[in-house]
Amino acid sequence: MSSNKKFLQEELTRMSGVNPKKCMKCGKCSGTCPAYDEMEYHPHQFVSMVESGDIEPLLNSKSLYRCLTCFACVDRCPRGVEPAKLVEAVRLVAVRKQGANHMTANDVPAMLDDDIPQQAIVSAFRKYTK
Amino acid sequence: MKVSYFPGCTLKNKAKDLDLYARRSAEVLGVTLEEIENWQCCGGVFTTSNDEVATKLSSVRALKEAAAKGQPLVSVCSACHNVIKQTNHAMQNDAFFASKVNNYMGQEPYAGETTVYHYLELLRDVVGYDQVKAKVVNPLAGKKIAAYYGCLLLRPNSTMQMDDPENPTIMEDLIKAMGAEPVVYARRNECCGGYVTMENPEFAKRKSLDIIENAKAAGAEVLVTACPLCRYNLQKAGTDMPVVYITELLAEALGVKEVTNEQ
Repeated sequence: MSSNKKFLQEELTRMSGVNPKKCMKCGKCSGTCPAYDEMEYHPHQFVSMVESGDIEPLLNSKSLYRCLTCFACVDRCPRGVEPAKLVEAVRLVAVRKQGANHMTANDVPAMLDDDIPQQAIVSAFRKYTK
Repeated sequence: MKVSYFPGCTLKNKAKDLDLYARRSAEVLGVTLEEIENWQCCGGVFTTSNDEVATKLSSVRALKEAAAKGQPLVSVCSACHNVIKQTNHAMQNDAFFASKVNNYMGQEPYAGETTVYHYLELLRDVVGYDQVKAKVVNPLAGKKIAAYYGCLLLRPNSTMQMDDPENPTIMEDLIKAMGAEPVVYARRNECCGGYVTMENPEFAKRKSLDIIENAKAAGAEVLVTACPLCRYNLQKAGTDMPVVYITELLAEALGVKEVTNEQ
């Protein structure tokens, strides 16, 4: 593994507190994920790809913005791996780059209707924007 | 008794009902919700990464205000409760994170001393459902009510510690105390589609329809929730299933719905 890949792998492990080596590859995280059909890379693949250092495809994938942070994978993992925390760390590495916000204030008006709660807007901003 | 209260952004706007019915019902039950001064939006979702500090400061400020008054901190919104409880847990258990927060904020260091309750926990654990039952003047007899928990109330269970995350009863027991019949169905703790509805409303609609159809098949006549975003997604699914806040039903059972509406 290149030193750059190694650095990124260690950074994600540190930020998330997730140890991908604990995974026993049962697939329960992806089986229970409500956004499974929307994702190019699924929760179990985030775990295995971070473990192998194959992180670049994850950083560039829209899957980062499909995770609902519903913690179903966190609570239902028999090994306590907590995949959603790893997805969150990869998403942060992606959006913390200058100009890499997934959503901007200018995108919001087109998404609104009369009923949408403020909670939806602030939540999306917190997930998609730095 | 008096408790500190964090309403949150949505309860001052699109979910005023959730707030007003909660306050009025609490008064009937002998609890005053004292809104903390100068509260700031919780951000809607907790950022799990341990190097995120700024996004958690508004929750710490609210927790410190409650600590200064020696009161527990109560929220009704599932999202506010989730963010505040997870932040408090981090202040208790992550010394590195807590030191960064305390260094930034100055004044008295905070180490998670405040007790954090969701409104439902306040009713169950402090007031007691037997006391709620005793105050019911308008029993919701014969109504088949399905509780929708979603994700934020129960998970992550290691931190939230509200109930059994796969077989919760906190809302069903309240429904029983109000004289109605709770309907248990499989998808009551599956996600409605959450904030992804902003970018992809069709996806949220599919998720919400799965939940509503499941509840309907189990005999539900009405869905109840404590989360404005869950309610929005479930309503936007476009079915004839009514979706109401749990506090609205509580106000109805306690006989204060009309006077609250006149406010």
